[in-house]
Amino acid sequence: MLFLADFSPIKPDFGLLFWSTLFFLIFWLLVGKVAFKGIANGLKERAKSIQESLDEAKKARVEMQNLVSENEQLLAQAREERAQILREAKEAKDQIIAEARERAKSEGQLLINNAKEAIENLKNEAMVDVKNKAGLLALEVAERVLRKELSNDDAQVNYVQTLLKEIK
Amino acid sequence: MYKYLIILLSLLAVQATSFASPEDSTHTQNALHESGDHGQGACGIEQHTEFDAGSTALHHIADANVYSIGPFNLPLPCFLYVPTEGWHVFSSSKFDIGHHGTGHKAINGFVLDGGTVRRVADESFPKTEVQVDGFKHSEEDGKFVSHVCYNGQLYLTDAKSTADFGVFGGGITSFYDFSLTKNSTSLLLMTILLIWVFLSVNSAYKKRKGQAPSGLQNFIEPIFIFIQDDVCKPFLGNKWEKYLPFIMSLFFFVLVLNFYGQIPFFGGANVTGNLAFTMVLAIIAFLVTNFSGNGHYWKHILWPPGVPLYVKVILVPVEIIGVFIKPLTLMLRLFANITAGHLVILVFISLIFIFGNSGESVGASLGASIGSFLLTMFMMAIELIVAFVQAFVFAILTASYIGAATEEAHH
Repeated sequence: MLFLADFSPIKPDFGLLFWSTLFFLIFWLLVGKVAFKGIANGLKERAKSIQESLDEAKKARVEMQNLVSENEQLLAQAREERAQILREAKEAKDQIIAEARERAKSEGQLLINNAKEAIENLKNEAMVDVKNKAGLLALEVAERVLRKELSNDDAQVNYVQTLLKEIK
Repeated sequence: MYKYLIILLSLLAVQATSFASPEDSTHTQNALHESGDHGQGACGIEQHTEFDAGSTALHHIADANVYSIGPFNLPLPCFLYVPTEGWHVFSSSKFDIGHHGTGHKAINGFVLDGGTVRRVADESFPKTEVQVDGFKHSEEDGKFVSHVCYNGQLYLTDAKSTADFGVFGGGITSFYDFSLTKNSTSLLLMTILLIWVFLSVNSAYKKRKGQAPSGLQNFIEPIFIFIQDDVCKPFLGNKWEKYLPFIMSLFFFVLVLNFYGQIPFFGGANVTGNLAFTMVLAIIAFLVTNFSGNGHYWKHILWPPGVPLYVKVILVPVEIIGVFIKPLTLMLRLFANITAGHLVILVFISLIFIFGNSGESVGASLGASIGSFLLTMFMMAIELIVAFVQAFVFAILTASYIGAATEEAHH
């Protein structure tokens, strides 16, 4: 039994040792130091920029949300203000109406009072008039009576006497 | 992290069982690889007739001085160094490459056997361009031996020097091969591709700052982020940026070469399944780990605190061995997984020829084709996962070793 072929891959020959070393070192020094570092840096930079973009997007979203809620707040505030203004306007209207009514009432009263007063005055005047007239009539009547009755002295004295009594 | 561990373990189990099958098929008979017009019967070389799955598989996973894609043999430049002669530089097309990457010519004492350059050290062999008549393969003391036939005479050929120092049957021989081989050419192509891809992706990041990724960027980014976030960050702590280029380089280098080797009909360059390549990565990982090791790390290895002296006697050598075992496992794991995958696929494809008895039985080979097709498709699907997982494992383990070495004291 003969070993006719040589299992040569297990025998490291100097040529391949030399070329392997040379090519690997060239590859390592050139590509390793330039390209692999460059690629690793490029990847790192991209990862950083992606992270930054994500962060920015998140920030923008938060800002958007803030804006939206601010808008909503403003809207609610505006709505509330509107309601308040309306309420106030209504109140003012009611007040004005009430005031007008009040004033009208008081003025009416005043007018009535004045009228009453005027009526009273007129009544009093009329009464005075009537009284005066009645007094005058009574005086006339009394004069005529007295002219007839007080034709003697005694009757006069008696009458004075009774009058005095009455006065007392 | 547990899910990765489970995936990893299950895949390693698949690999471990599948590694056994190619070993059985490496038993081969005395045969010769030369075929065709030259050297039939010359020097008593028998004509190779029977299909040999083991040799075929080993031939295909081996590195070569020629890039064979289908019927085309693309020549590659040879840079050969002989200590006594100096440099020899020529194109491998001069070998007049034939079937199975066998050269029909000898150039300055070099021959091409099975796609690999070998050298005839014999002084009487001509140092010019001559025709050779084939190769005779045999085994001596458990080692593969190749003789070249020239002018009716057999000459011993030397394999190129290897850095295993005899451990795996190699060692220093009469010459060194620094050629741009199939593997190193693939390495070169993939390095250029990776450099182009990553520089253009990098410029895309500069041009399209802060924008969504596009095109190639889209393809690379998920893988990049996966390694960055699941490997670098958890294991390296706050130092992850410092070691990111190294871990990324390891991962993408291994990944792309793993995938490149699995492109069907494209030469199947077994780069990451070659011990030389994994050794280089492991050594660099070892150096980076230990040069970045801080006082805390070394203290725990050399004088572990809070441990009685008699335990230290055992623990310190174990820790020191561990420092070397770690890169050794990195080296062997990647090598074994990728080589095993390639071998299994090759063996499954070889089934067609084994059942077809080298073309004699068409019916059997047709039947085997269907079975082989299904098995190969299944294996290739697994290998795609293995290609990714092994690159990932290499990166994650290296990151964990560096992480352990640079960890700050926390007690």
